[in-house]
Amino acid sequence: MAGFSDLAFQAAMAGYLIALICYGIEVASRRGLVPTAMEAASAQRVHLAKVGAAGSRATGSTVTGYTDADVDDELDDDDDDDDDRAALAPWGVRFGRAAVVVTVIGVLANLLSVVTRGIAAGRLPLGNMYEFVSMICLASVTCWLVVLAKNRAPGLRQLGLFVLIPVVILAFVAGTKLWIPAGPVPPSLNSYWKWIHVTTVSLSGSVLLVSGAASVLYVLRHRFDRKLSEMPDDEALATSVWSRMPSLPTLDKIAYRTAIVAFPVYTFAIIAGALWAEVAWGRYWGWDPKETVAFVSWVFYAGYLHARATSGWRGLRSAWINIIGFAAIVFNLFFVNMVVSGLHSYAGVG
Amino acid sequence: MSATDTTTVPSGGQVPPARRRVRPAIAFLRNTWRGLTSMRTALILLFLLALASLPGALLPQWSLNESKTSDYIAAHPFWGPLMNRLGFFEVFASPWYSAIYLLLFISLVGCLLPRTFEFARQIGARPVSTPRNLARMPLHAEYTVDGTAEQAADRAEATLRRKHWRVSRRTESGGVHTLSAEKGYLREVGNLVFHFSLLALLIAVAIGKLFGYEGSVIVQVGDPWCSSSTSSYDNFRPGLTVDGTDMTPFCLQIKDFQATWSPSGQALSFHTDVNYQAAAEAGGDSWHSARVQVNDPLRMAGERLYLLGHGYAPDVKVTFPNGDVRNYSTPFISNDPMLLSTGAIKVPDPPGVPADQLTQHQLAIAGLFAPTAAEHGGIMTSVYPAADKPGLAVDIYRGDLGMEGGRPQSVYAISQDQVDKGALVKLDRVNLYVGDSTTLDDGTVITFTGYHEWVSLQTSYDPGQTLALIAAILLLAGLMASLTIKRRRLWFRLLPPEAGSGAGDELRRTVVRVGGLARTDQAGYGAEFDEVSRWADDGTGSDTGTDEGTATADGTTGTTGSNTGTDGTAAERE
Repeated sequence: MAGFSDLAFQAAMAGYLIALICYGIEVASRRGLVPTAMEAASAQRVHLAKVGAAGSRATGSTVTGYTDADVDDELDDDDDDDDDRAALAPWGVRFGRAAVVVTVIGVLANLLSVVTRGIAAGRLPLGNMYEFVSMICLASVTCWLVVLAKNRAPGLRQLGLFVLIPVVILAFVAGTKLWIPAGPVPPSLNSYWKWIHVTTVSLSGSVLLVSGAASVLYVLRHRFDRKLSEMPDDEALATSVWSRMPSLPTLDKIAYRTAIVAFPVYTFAIIAGALWAEVAWGRYWGWDPKETVAFVSWVFYAGYLHARATSGWRGLRSAWINIIGFAAIVFNLFFVNMVVSGLHSYAGVG
Repeated sequence: MSATDTTTVPSGGQVPPARRRVRPAIAFLRNTWRGLTSMRTALILLFLLALASLPGALLPQWSLNESKTSDYIAAHPFWGPLMNRLGFFEVFASPWYSAIYLLLFISLVGCLLPRTFEFARQIGARPVSTPRNLARMPLHAEYTVDGTAEQAADRAEATLRRKHWRVSRRTESGGVHTLSAEKGYLREVGNLVFHFSLLALLIAVAIGKLFGYEGSVIVQVGDPWCSSSTSSYDNFRPGLTVDGTDMTPFCLQIKDFQATWSPSGQALSFHTDVNYQAAAEAGGDSWHSARVQVNDPLRMAGERLYLLGHGYAPDVKVTFPNGDVRNYSTPFISNDPMLLSTGAIKVPDPPGVPADQLTQHQLAIAGLFAPTAAEHGGIMTSVYPAADKPGLAVDIYRGDLGMEGGRPQSVYAISQDQVDKGALVKLDRVNLYVGDSTTLDDGTVITFTGYHEWVSLQTSYDPGQTLALIAAILLLAGLMASLTIKRRRLWFRLLPPEAGSGAGDELRRTVVRVGGLARTDQAGYGAEFDEVSRWADDGTGSDTGTDEGTATADGTTGTTGSNTGTDGTAAERE
């Protein structure tokens, strides 16, 4: 059963890698296409922001070329804009659709791997870093598919590339560096609080990965929009792959909506961790390195939610805060577990 | 966090001369206060807090690991002492860290109080009256229904009330009825609860730091132990006001310790059975029995007792040249999964030696204990963590242990300085199994007679813990309410048939105009509005205007939280 789980994990890894390549091909194939109205508006927004910033520093609405309602319409839009483009780049779109199919296959293999691993070990498969990272891959990609299914914004599928890049890296690290045989956990990890804590950490971390990916793309797209507003007549720039990416408001909404789902879960995970610490170590909070960095990333996400509602901090700055928050989570997962010694330095590594 | 983007103040107009003098001072204070309680400042403080926490994770900390911290300082002769003086090894107790979080919390209070009052005012107030032109709302609809305006208003009002909207009904001239409705007040409640919980959490932590304490001790299985004073612990970390006089002592008898291992040596479970009696019962015969496990502490009144670790203490019998026999059993410690343990048995006062010659005849037996020993070329290792075949691989020293110098030394090792100086001389290196003995040149016989097990216990006391738990639960509940509940405004204007303009059949029907405003996240209100806007409809409705809400530029303001609400609150979203 354990061997089967490993096999399924490799299949999942292969699936994610193929999906990543397919997303990449789709993205690359879109070079040279004319931007849609939304995408043009997104570029215009930055331009207006630059022009308008000097004058009125008021609400976002004065510098926005279009409104939230437009974004909602865009997100809820049932017209698959990609079909209109099928004639223009049929093979690219085909790769994009294939990417989604392969992603689904990868997720199913990943699910199979996690379930069989749990059966083999006779416990929840979250007892060491390999299992933890495998679960994060599973939940992240699942979250991505849910986001993709619920929103129909043009070009959204290309966000898949940015979700799959970290997932493939994580899966690769899990499969090659973190793998250990399935087995029982030591008594120190045998607490029901542990299962609650680790499950919620992995789920919230996964959703935050998707949120972070959207913010990374936001920053990249923002950079492109700024360049374009400086050189509006540059044909090559105007039709580069970046012009095909989801618009800034779409990315901002997706980053925000995923973050507000994940943030309470992450908060709960930290509280559950504190309850477990009280049971295991005699105090609910002791500024152990892992606790400290968890606190730091929590503070960043709290800052992100506040920043998004504060003028002067919206947009690019919020996106960076979101990215830093996720970087802190990744840092906590790898660096603090493996390099900094603390009470959390077990996790089957070393 | 605060209504910072709306700092316009009504200009004073004519100011009396007396007030003019104090105005700059007041203005300065007011501006400082505004600056401190502004969202921008709060955000910067928030990120400073995160940044300032990082050295606490990346540098060794006194409170977590003293020996590592002192090693680090020793290894960095320039930076180490400097950083130590600046508090980098005690980040969470440093003045600069405290300054950041105190400023942050002052900023928080300065923002929360006005918001609380504002919210209390809103709760008491009626929903704002219906704007003149509903067509300018981000969402609006218009249709006509049969019957009078009053009937339509009754219908809509009944449904709104049933669906828990707050409704205010007004009449305008010409028999026009309006309904103002609002829902989602709990969002602001959640918001306030979340932030006040943070304050409560800070207070709970402070209580713990002031009045709590932690003590740890190693006790051998079979021995009694009492927490009569702080000195009965090997290591005691008191809270700031704890001097050890106010503790509630308790006594323990460690009955046994049980560990189970998988065949490969992985630990499966540990537990120890104890008898305990609280201070009030001390001296009496009434003992309670309890099992203490990893992840399952013993909770007494206030204090909690934890099983943190366990290990072996080899038993050694020493027969001195003068015929005296003494038994020693000293805990050895281990970092090894197979519990290969290190330690030192020290004999600072060998009998039959004149006091002035003691420092030439002190003994030390230092080395390894293996619960299941295996030897490869004379090197002893442990192959299994249970004590199946205990072995002792030790060096035996005689001379000056160096314990009189006043420098504290580890109980688990001999002083390497004394060995290097030649004050402590190695006599022998032996591998012993239970029953084996070795004889020194002066006739001293050292016999390995067996082992004891020890448990490492920790007592914790934190009177702020319950408050922290309550704060954490409220924090989470408040957070979820503030992120999921959406504030919606809805207005109906019902114009009686005769008030409608134009001619034809439409004249005989009541005109219903509906406007909607999402005061928070716009998402999803469109579909919801399509439904709620029909609540004045009895089935006879027919559209006249555009019923699909097309957002104007104002549509963003509900989401971004800037100040366009009619009641003047800002920053909807925390």
